[in-house]
Amino acid sequence: MELNKYQQEAFDKQRPVIENFGKKTWAWTIFFMAWILLGGYALYLQITKGHGITGMRDNVVWGLYIANFIFFIGISYAGAVISGILHILKVEWRKPIIRIAEMITVIATIIGPVYILLCVGRLDRLHHLFIYPRLQSPITWDVLAISTYFTGSVIFLYLALIKDFAIYRDAKLNIPKWKQKLYKILAIGYRGTHSQNRHIRISTNLMAIMIVPLAIIVHSVLSWIFGMTLRPGWHSTIFGPYFVLAAIYSGTGVLIMAMWVYRKMYGLQSYLTDKHFIYLGYIMMVLGAGYGYFTFSEYLTGWFASEKWESEVLEKLFNPAKYGWWFLFANVAGILLPIVVVALPKTRTPNLIALVSLFMVIALWVKRYLIIVPTLESPLLPMQDTRIEYVKYTATWVEWALTFGGIATFFLFFTLMSKFVTVIPISEFANKGTTAEQPVLNENEIASA
Amino acid sequence: MKELETNDNGRRDFIKTVALATVATAACGTLASSCSSKVAANEKVKLLSPDGEIVEIDSSYLNYQEHLAIVSKLEARQGIAGKKFVMVVDLSRCKDARKCISACQKWHYRPEDREWLTVKLMRDSENAPPYWFPKQCFHCDNPPCVKVCPVDATYKRQDGLVLIDNERCIGCKFCMAACPYSTRVFNWNEPEMPFDIQHAVSNPETNIPAKVGTVEKCDFCPDRARVGLLPPCVEACPNGVFYYGDENEDTVSNGDETLGFKQLIKDRAGYRFMEELGTKPRVYYLPPKDRQFPVERGYENLPDKIKARYKDAMEGTEK
Repeated sequence: MELNKYQQEAFDKQRPVIENFGKKTWAWTIFFMAWILLGGYALYLQITKGHGITGMRDNVVWGLYIANFIFFIGISYAGAVISGILHILKVEWRKPIIRIAEMITVIATIIGPVYILLCVGRLDRLHHLFIYPRLQSPITWDVLAISTYFTGSVIFLYLALIKDFAIYRDAKLNIPKWKQKLYKILAIGYRGTHSQNRHIRISTNLMAIMIVPLAIIVHSVLSWIFGMTLRPGWHSTIFGPYFVLAAIYSGTGVLIMAMWVYRKMYGLQSYLTDKHFIYLGYIMMVLGAGYGYFTFSEYLTGWFASEKWESEVLEKLFNPAKYGWWFLFANVAGILLPIVVVALPKTRTPNLIALVSLFMVIALWVKRYLIIVPTLESPLLPMQDTRIEYVKYTATWVEWALTFGGIATFFLFFTLMSKFVTVIPISEFANKGTTAEQPVLNENEIASA
Repeated sequence: MKELETNDNGRRDFIKTVALATVATAACGTLASSCSSKVAANEKVKLLSPDGEIVEIDSSYLNYQEHLAIVSKLEARQGIAGKKFVMVVDLSRCKDARKCISACQKWHYRPEDREWLTVKLMRDSENAPPYWFPKQCFHCDNPPCVKVCPVDATYKRQDGLVLIDNERCIGCKFCMAACPYSTRVFNWNEPEMPFDIQHAVSNPETNIPAKVGTVEKCDFCPDRARVGLLPPCVEACPNGVFYYGDENEDTVSNGDETLGFKQLIKDRAGYRFMEELGTKPRVYYLPPKDRQFPVERGYENLPDKIKARYKDAMEGTEK
């Protein structure tokens, strides 16, 4: 593969990253592995001893696991929607960030569904989903939607990787044989011919168009697991769009954080520029406003009409002695903070945007928890004549271990992926130059925008 | 089988079998051990036959009858032809004696604290007096739980019952989240049961044995209905709160008296709980008018552990 000047530059910059694993990476890998092992031990206990060792009980049948499931599928929207839409709109500055975004998608879509499996009491009967499928069940929709979405995301990521694999293959990197072989296989004989380029271009366009509706379907179906039931706080018509918007929003936050980490870790300032943070910050701000609007209308209507059961759930959310502080945190850190920080020119810096992204992502995780648990703690019939320990949900260490195990898996996959492929796509840089050298807007324009 | 006959004979058979059932339980009551799971072989049990004669039967035979899965799994999915099981609960008679609960658990070999049937202390509004409200599975005609099951493990039968095949259930608990009445329970840990029960042939009609990681609930005892027995909760109730029967036959019985279902609902203003949810329950309630017991009667004599469950609700009523 012949590289142009800009491609060569980008490649030289990242070459050491994929050539050497490095002591630091080893340390991180071991650190993450330790968490994963702890999660694995918790999983072993859960499987052998039964779900009794979790905090879930007959009233609160789902807990942390489902919150994690929604959370991970949510952040997977970074690649699917952000990268997909930017691709369709042919936004030039997307090019350095698409790889990170699509990696988030694939990795989060691998981890997310694991959490729904953790809620399943009989993992040995999982094949029943395929031998006795019931198409009427929202869970079956989820199985179909997520598996399609995952396949689509992998293809979307891979299409953008083929040219890079060919570059790694031809670059005579100082790497082990198996890795070289793997690059060769994955490059599937790409030589940069006109016809090959055309095929990749058409396929990528098609996938970009398909991945957006697929992603919307996935989170809608997921929200309907709750929306289709007769439970207060769940049985809401806006749950589909509300979940979709929250998902894109949290995905953007994770994308910003990942960019910040890579920029720091591998010194990629010239590719992941301030401009990228500010543009994604704008996107985050708009999504945050939309998410805030949905949140407001969801709770205002419930509170104003004050139907009996809805009021019970709202009372739990508004009462400081119950979930009040968490609810406040979810809305302040999840809605107000990102909007204010991006809106004010003074605070609109990469560091601060990344910091509020972190808060926002945590707030959205809390929000998912607040969607699941308070509703399950508010059944329509009074919670009497049930064991006292069944009334309130408190997650046990097993659930937390598996939660952190999942987060560690996310980081580990990311670390390993960044050692296998360059996080900044090399082949994307056309002859005319990197986006960093040709800013779309100059600084003044950004400030006034 | 008697149950398979059409409506002409159905009513008379039903009454006859109910009578036998009552006698059989009475016999069980006197010879308490003979109805528990473990009985020494060759022990004789005296029973009153329908013709009024006292007969002696080997107790092992009685046990054998108890939990025989008498139908195939396919039949257990189809249900009993021509039947539409229904239950009427007379709220004016309930004093939270909790005999229904213990009988149900004993019959199904469930431990003490795995209630399929619960008794709530309900209070419809601030000025309304509280009343005891026994609640089992409503066997809805539009069941939210069946709608959401991804593997068809819980299903609706032609005789109106909603059952669970616990050999198919994957334990996703979606049905538990979907049921608006918190009826379903989950086997969070390996259930403890007698050895022979643990190794019994599983059937959705008997609900035995319980299986870890699966959902279970009140099944309206179709295995007993097939042999003409009333569910244990109905038989055990000292106050005749529960009436069980067949909507097609228009007959319900609480063991002591057998009444016309429609007439009972008409005379006593029967209603279905939370009709507005559209689930169409198969359990009807008779309003707690002219109550036989003051509500405190059900609270005072409870063991402390159970008492604690109602503490909040009872405090509200004393004001």
